[in-house]
Amino acid sequence: MGAEFVQLSLTPILIGVLAAIACALPGNFLVLRRQALIGDAISHVVLPGIVVAFLMTGAIAAVPMLLGAAGAALVAVGLIEAIRRLGKIEPGAAMGVVFTALFAAGVLMLERTDTSAVHLDVEHALMGNLESLIWFSADGWASLVDPAALAELPPELGRMAITCAIVAVLTLIFWRPLKLSTFDEGFARTLGLPVALIGLGLVATAALAAVAAFDAVGSIIVIAMFICPPAAARMLTNRLGRQVGLSALIAAGSAIVGYVAAGYGPIWLGGGDSVSAAGMIAAISGLVLAAAARFGPCRHRLGAGAEAV
Amino acid sequence: MSVADITPALSVQGLTVSYGQKPAVFDVSAAFRPRAMTAIIGPNGAGKSTMLKAALGVVPRLSGEVRVFGQPLSEARARIAYVPQRASVDWDFPTNVRDVVLMGLYRKVGLLGRITGAHRRLADECLARVGIEGFAGRQIGQLSGGQQQRVFLARALAQEADLYLLDEPFAGVDAATERAIIEVLKGLKAEGKAVVAVHHDLSTVGAYFDDVLLLNVRRIAAGPVEAAFTAESLQATYGGRLAGAHIDQLGLRSA
Amino acid sequence: MSPVLEALLLQAGYNAALVAIGAALLGFAAGAAGSFLFLRKRALVSDALAHATLPGIALAFMIMVALGGEGRALAGLMAGAAVSAALGLLAVEWLASRTRLPEDAAIGAVLSSLFGLGVVLLTVIQTMERGRQAGLESFLLGSTAGMLRVDAVVIGLGGAAAVLAVWLLRRPMTLVAFDPGFAAASGLSVRRTDLAMMAIVLLVTVTGLKLVGLILIVALLIIPAVTARFWTERAGGVMWIAAGIGGVSGYVGAAISASAPALPTGPIIVLVATGLFAASLLLAPARGVAAAVVRQRRFQRRVHLRQGLLALGKGEPIHDALSLRLLRAEGLIRADRVATQAGREAAEEVARDERRWAVARQVHQDGGLTGRYDGLTPITEVFAPDQVAAFDREMS
Repeated sequence: MGAEFVQLSLTPILIGVLAAIACALPGNFLVLRRQALIGDAISHVVLPGIVVAFLMTGAIAAVPMLLGAAGAALVAVGLIEAIRRLGKIEPGAAMGVVFTALFAAGVLMLERTDTSAVHLDVEHALMGNLESLIWFSADGWASLVDPAALAELPPELGRMAITCAIVAVLTLIFWRPLKLSTFDEGFARTLGLPVALIGLGLVATAALAAVAAFDAVGSIIVIAMFICPPAAARMLTNRLGRQVGLSALIAAGSAIVGYVAAGYGPIWLGGGDSVSAAGMIAAISGLVLAAAARFGPCRHRLGAGAEAV
Repeated sequence: MSVADITPALSVQGLTVSYGQKPAVFDVSAAFRPRAMTAIIGPNGAGKSTMLKAALGVVPRLSGEVRVFGQPLSEARARIAYVPQRASVDWDFPTNVRDVVLMGLYRKVGLLGRITGAHRRLADECLARVGIEGFAGRQIGQLSGGQQQRVFLARALAQEADLYLLDEPFAGVDAATERAIIEVLKGLKAEGKAVVAVHHDLSTVGAYFDDVLLLNVRRIAAGPVEAAFTAESLQATYGGRLAGAHIDQLGLRSA
Repeated sequence: MSPVLEALLLQAGYNAALVAIGAALLGFAAGAAGSFLFLRKRALVSDALAHATLPGIALAFMIMVALGGEGRALAGLMAGAAVSAALGLLAVEWLASRTRLPEDAAIGAVLSSLFGLGVVLLTVIQTMERGRQAGLESFLLGSTAGMLRVDAVVIGLGGAAAVLAVWLLRRPMTLVAFDPGFAAASGLSVRRTDLAMMAIVLLVTVTGLKLVGLILIVALLIIPAVTARFWTERAGGVMWIAAGIGGVSGYVGAAISASAPALPTGPIIVLVATGLFAASLLLAPARGVAAAVVRQRRFQRRVHLRQGLLALGKGEPIHDALSLRLLRAEGLIRADRVATQAGREAAEEVARDERRWAVARQVHQDGGLTGRYDGLTPITEVFAPDQVAAFDREMS
């Protein structure tokens, strides 16, 4: 664990951890609201968003692409809501229509555009490029206090740290309204809480996390982190505060273990090259969920519906 | 002082609520007295719960006006407490009994205000009033139906409101809970509060309530129980669905 | 002849024709199977199923290579995909029934972790000697370019088998989708029908992998069914209309895609279906948006007019602005809010209707008819003239 680790693995791990936490926090409320798959939908429509941004600017630049992705996420959420209400279609099906249609449009646009000169394809959007976010100028732990080296940290780290901080602060500030309107929407309305706005804010926060994360780590991690850590934490405790805390821990743990397993696992097993870190992190979070679902102390349903099982 | 001089705790004017193209409540006007308990009764699908929810702004209304103690709803929210139907929430939600009661304090503590010992004591007092003070730390899913109903009532008590609106508080609860709830509601009345409850059991209307509103999409009859809760008005409300024999059992006098 | 027309008429080569026919059959079966999922409110289960195919494809490739084969045989890859998708489906059902997780979270969890595993295996394959040209990535988005003839035949056969299965199961499927309680009461096993249905969904999914890819196959299962819902209220209707929409989308999409380069089959098929969906959402006669807007406006005016007339009849003041405007526009009140002759007559008619309803609801025994009272429907629409006359006699 020396200079090489700091240079090659430290920043990807940190970025992975921050992305995982940023997605897991809103994921808790999405899971409780039966909106878990909104995260799935959002991360699919990121592709058309970045393609449109690329077509408009003609370059691969972080800011326009993030804006494009965010715009696409909002368009998708608006369309889902419109189809659900106007067509009286159940939310799952409405989601299925919107994200597949937008994703198909994204793929078609990509095929019709000459992107051979730039690094823009579906696989990149899915899997990200976590392994490539290395800290070139670092030459050991001492670089952590070297301003010159710190100035050359990959920009994704800063972006992800800010996003994660924003998401965490929003979660803390709006904790009570979120909890109240998630548990008992009708009661929340009688208190005068803007229930619809709270729901929209939650989805917008999730979209922010998804959009910031996909660039660094790809969509797979985003979908997995929205759902697996909160779902696993749900089976470990019956208190919301503890659940959210545990989900952040599980998310961070999955990111670390997944990255290390992908990078070093094949070598330990005597193989050669490393495997996809994004895929491994998602798979590890699934394993944690499977363990929680099998052994978690609070894995069974309580209350109404518990008898039916 | 005549009845007309008292500002009603809740009044609705020309209230129409519709799900899709079928009005569930049509052109209903009614006023509910303070210092009284009012039952809203009517057959299934008569729009009782809908009326309550529309009066609270939980479901949108197509037309009509709602006033709470003479003020528009938006200015009087702090004076209203609401007990929804038990089945309207997911009882598997990760929270415990005291937390649910503390939700009733939201308007007082706001977004970031600290929950102090005083708040917790108030919550525990409210739980004591409904007789489940020993359950404060329980996960809500572990409670029986009657206990869940009491938690909702305790949350409403924590709101320290002047008008209590309850949606079927006695549905699916045990006899002990029903007694406990009615004692609390009568206590509220004695404190001068107004209580309005959607109610199902015709045989207890006389014993529990002062006033009654008979509803079946339209307002059929309203007023003090002894005047409005008659065989005629019941027949008009329930129509063919209520057998004459049932009405006879209620032992009502014929107006 | 234009290239699209050529392809539509199956003149664009043997493979293209086979693909178009296969896509049509696949779309047809996907529409029918998807409408079942949709009516059972489980549309997105197909998403989990589709993503869960990836580890199976990768493992099948590895096994075939280990056995000395080339590893790219479509039938073998499809078998692997089917096995892992079935395991994914079992995982979803286990999580949703044995733990407190709701089904949507179970779907998302299985989808993302198995897909992640699949991506890990793909990167393992890329390090294998044979793996570099495996082209398994094409299963993500589908690719018909350079497809072997045997692959086209497999897709055609898979589509035909799925259509046949749908045809054989059409009765239990519509029954269970429409009313599971009744289906169970009439001796049909809902569980077994569900399983058979999932098997068809599975067949459609693995058949569609090469054609539209695992990310977009979901669209073929969901979009036609949702589109069909706009045109009919009957479960059987939804199924056949969805099948038709799916078939047309598959055929037309494949033909357009074959007519020019850089028109990937999967996305084009999905976008054709999306076009049909958008048109239905806006224009369908009963459930479409345009019709609903007109209806809602008309309904609101009816409510306000009626409430105004009721107030007029009782001599109460009217405060509602819309009611006043409508009454004025219909010439029922004057500018000073006093009823005109026509207004008095209309108010009297509404009041009489209310009185008749009051009597009807008191004396008539059929709750199904009296239950249609909503304050708006004239009594003459519900009861026969002689019944109304009987109510009138009761009144006097």
